[in-house]
Amino acid sequence: MPENEKPKPKIDLNRREMPKQAHHVRSHNFFEVALGYTAQLAMEEAQRCLQCKKPFCVADCPVNIKIPEFIHAVAEGDFATGIRILKERNSLPSVCGRVCPQEEQCESHCALSKKGGTIAIGRLERFLGDWEGAQAEAALPEMASPTGKKVAIIGGGPAGLTAAADLIKAGHQIVIYEALHKMGGVLYYGIPEFRLPKSIVDREVDYLRRLGVEMHTDFVVGKTRSLESILEEFDAVFIGTGAGLPWFMEMPGNNLNGVYSANEYLTRINLMKGYSYPRNDTPIKRHKKVAVLGGGNVAMDCARTALRLGAEATIVYRRSRAELPARLEEVENAEEEGVQFRYLTLPLKTIGDDHFNVTALECQKMELGEPDASGRRSPVPVPGSEFILPFDCVIHAIGNGPNPLIPQTTPGLTIGKKGNIVIDLDTGKTSKERVWAGGDIATGAATVISAMGAGRKAASSIHEFLMS
Amino acid sequence: MVKILENKMIVPNICMITVSAPEIARSVQAGQFVIVRADEDGERIPLSVSDWDVDQGTITLVYVLVGKTTQRLATLTPKDNLPTVVGPLGNAMEIDLFGKVACIGGCYGLASIYPIARALKEKGNRVTIIVEGRSSNLMYWQKKLKSVSDQLIVITRDGSQGIQGHIGNLQTLLARPDMLPDRVIVNGCNYLMMRAAEETRPLNIKTIVSLNTLMIDGTGMCGVCRLTVSSSTKFACVDGPHFDAHEVDWDELAQRRKAYLFEETQLLRSSQPQEC
Repeated sequence: MPENEKPKPKIDLNRREMPKQAHHVRSHNFFEVALGYTAQLAMEEAQRCLQCKKPFCVADCPVNIKIPEFIHAVAEGDFATGIRILKERNSLPSVCGRVCPQEEQCESHCALSKKGGTIAIGRLERFLGDWEGAQAEAALPEMASPTGKKVAIIGGGPAGLTAAADLIKAGHQIVIYEALHKMGGVLYYGIPEFRLPKSIVDREVDYLRRLGVEMHTDFVVGKTRSLESILEEFDAVFIGTGAGLPWFMEMPGNNLNGVYSANEYLTRINLMKGYSYPRNDTPIKRHKKVAVLGGGNVAMDCARTALRLGAEATIVYRRSRAELPARLEEVENAEEEGVQFRYLTLPLKTIGDDHFNVTALECQKMELGEPDASGRRSPVPVPGSEFILPFDCVIHAIGNGPNPLIPQTTPGLTIGKKGNIVIDLDTGKTSKERVWAGGDIATGAATVISAMGAGRKAASSIHEFLMS
Repeated sequence: MVKILENKMIVPNICMITVSAPEIARSVQAGQFVIVRADEDGERIPLSVSDWDVDQGTITLVYVLVGKTTQRLATLTPKDNLPTVVGPLGNAMEIDLFGKVACIGGCYGLASIYPIARALKEKGNRVTIIVEGRSSNLMYWQKKLKSVSDQLIVITRDGSQGIQGHIGNLQTLLARPDMLPDRVIVNGCNYLMMRAAEETRPLNIKTIVSLNTLMIDGTGMCGVCRLTVSSSTKFACVDGPHFDAHEVDWDELAQRRKAYLFEETQLLRSSQPQEC
C-alpha cells in the first residue's frame, strides 16, 4: 500500500513506564529493581514507534541493532521474530536492555524524543531477551559451515562474549579463557544483582555454550599459559581482559581497614555473594556509614549496595549533580532509595584509629570554576574550608586502569601510556600479528555496550583475516 | 573441576594436597601461588605451590588448618574435586647466583621454601635451610629439604630436635663467619617473617619475604592485598608476593591481615555441626 494512502496515525507520546520495586522495599533487598514490561506493556510501547524510514536510533547503536524491525515485531506480538532480529546483532539482549546507556545512544535520536515521548528501546530489548529466557529453549540462529579455523578469546566479559558469538556464527571454532571462576567478567563481578541478576548473565553465557563456544574458567592467560603459546595453537586471538586494575584517590589513609576499591567491594558482593554470608563463606563487613568516592555508575552501584547491607551511604563528589557521569536513571534510583549526596566535596584524607580502622574522612569544599577540556566546569578548592565527616568505610570508585597481566607478559604488543593495549580503532588490530584487542583493555574503562561494539568490530576484522 | 590425587595431614594441623593441574605444573616457577576454592559457595584463598611434577601434571600444596576453607579442604578425599585451582599467580622468586643463601621456613613455609631452595641450589648457590617450629613433631619434609640444601638446621622451641631456641636466635646464628649469607629468604607466617626481618636488619643482609595477605581474585583486580613497601602501595598478588623485608610496613600488614578476623571466627563457629 503506498505511503500516502495510509491514514495518519495519532502519535502516542505516552512512554510506558516499566514497573519497579517500591524504593522502600528494594533498598532492603538484592532483587532486581526494575521488573520489566509485561507483554501488554511491551506491545503498547512498540506500537508507538513511528517506524522511521531513516532510523537515527540504529545509527547511534554501537552494534547496529535493526531497531525499527524488532520493535515492529513486538508491536505485532510476534516476539519470536523480534528476538531473532535482535540477536542477529546482539547476543546479550537481556544484559544490554538493562545496562546500556540507551538515553545517550539509540533513544537520544528517536524521532519522538523532541516531543518528549522517546520510545523505550532498551526496555523493549530487555523484554524480548527475558521473553526468550522464559521459553523452554532459545532458538539457535543459522550457523555458517565450519571453516576449520580456531580463535582464542582472552577474557569472558562483554567484549569477549560478543566476539565469540559473532565468530562462532561465522563458522570458526572458539575457545574462551576466563581468569575468574565465573564467565561474564564485569557483568558478573561488577554489576550488582539488583541491576543485573546473575541468572541472566548465566543464561546468556549458556546460550553461547549451546552455540558451541568452548569455555575455560580459572585460566589466566599470561600466567597459566602465555599468549605466545596460545598463538601456536590458534589462528587468531582476541584480548578482552578489561579494566581490572583499581585506582585509588591519591591521599593518605588508603590502606586502612574499611577502605575498599569499588572492585573489591562489588566482587565480594557479586562474584562471591558476600550478601549471603555466612551461607557463602566470603564475608563483607556490615559497615554503618559508608562514603563512596566518585560519581559514575560504579559509585552508584557501591552506594546502593552499601544501603542494602544496612549502611547509611553517601556519595562524595567534587563537582555538582549536573556533572555526575552516572546515568540519570541510576542517580534517580539512588536518590529514591536514600543514598545521600555530598556535592562539591573533595576528600583529602582518610582518618583511622589505633587499630587501623577507618573513622572519618577529611574533606574540603569546592566551587565550580571555568569549564575544563571535558566541557564540564572544573571544581576549585575553597581555601580554609576543610571539614571532617565521620565514616567507618570508604570506597574508591574513581575508575580502573587496564589489567596489566597480558601487557606485562606478552612481547610485541604496543602498550599505551595508560597501560592499555594500542589498537587500530576500526579493526581492533594490535601491533602483534594475529592478535586483536578491544573493550576496556584497549580504550579504558567505559560501558558494556562499547566493549561489545569493540568485540564486534574485532570479530569482523578477524573473520576477514581468517577467510582471506 | 580439579581432581584431587592425595590429601593428608602430615603433622598436626598441617595438610598436604596433591591435585591434577597439568597446565599449572608446566608453567609454575619457585615462589608462585595458586588460588583455591574448596566448594561452590567457598571463598578464594591463596596457597603457595610447594612442589610439582611436570610429567605427572600435578602440583602439591601444603596448608595450615586455620579457617573454614582450610578445614573444609582437609575433609576432601581423592573422590572429590576442587571447583577452582587457578594459577600460577604472583611473580616467581628472584633466582640468581647470590653466593651463600639462607632459606628460612616455619609452619607451611617448610614446604613453600622447598622449591625456592631447589632453584637456588640448581643455580649454584650454597644453600642453608633453617626450619623453625615449636617441637620436633611439627617438622616435616626434612629429607626433601636436605636434598636441595648444603645444610639443614632445625630450631625447636622445646629443644626436641636441633637447636633449642626460636627465630629470635637467628641473628647470632647468621652472624657466624661460616654462615654469614649474602641473601636471606623467609617463608612462613607474617610474624615469623617480621621477626626474621628484624634479625637480619642489623647484619645488613638483603632479606626477601613471601607475604601472605588476604586475596580474592589474585590477578590485581580487587586490591585487598595491598601493602606499603618503602612508602608506596603495592599489590601482593601482582607486584609480589616477594618483597624486601626491610622495606615492608609490618604493622600495617598485620592489621590488614586481621581485617576479617571476627567474620572468619564467626564462620568457623557457625560451621560446627549443629545437630547429630
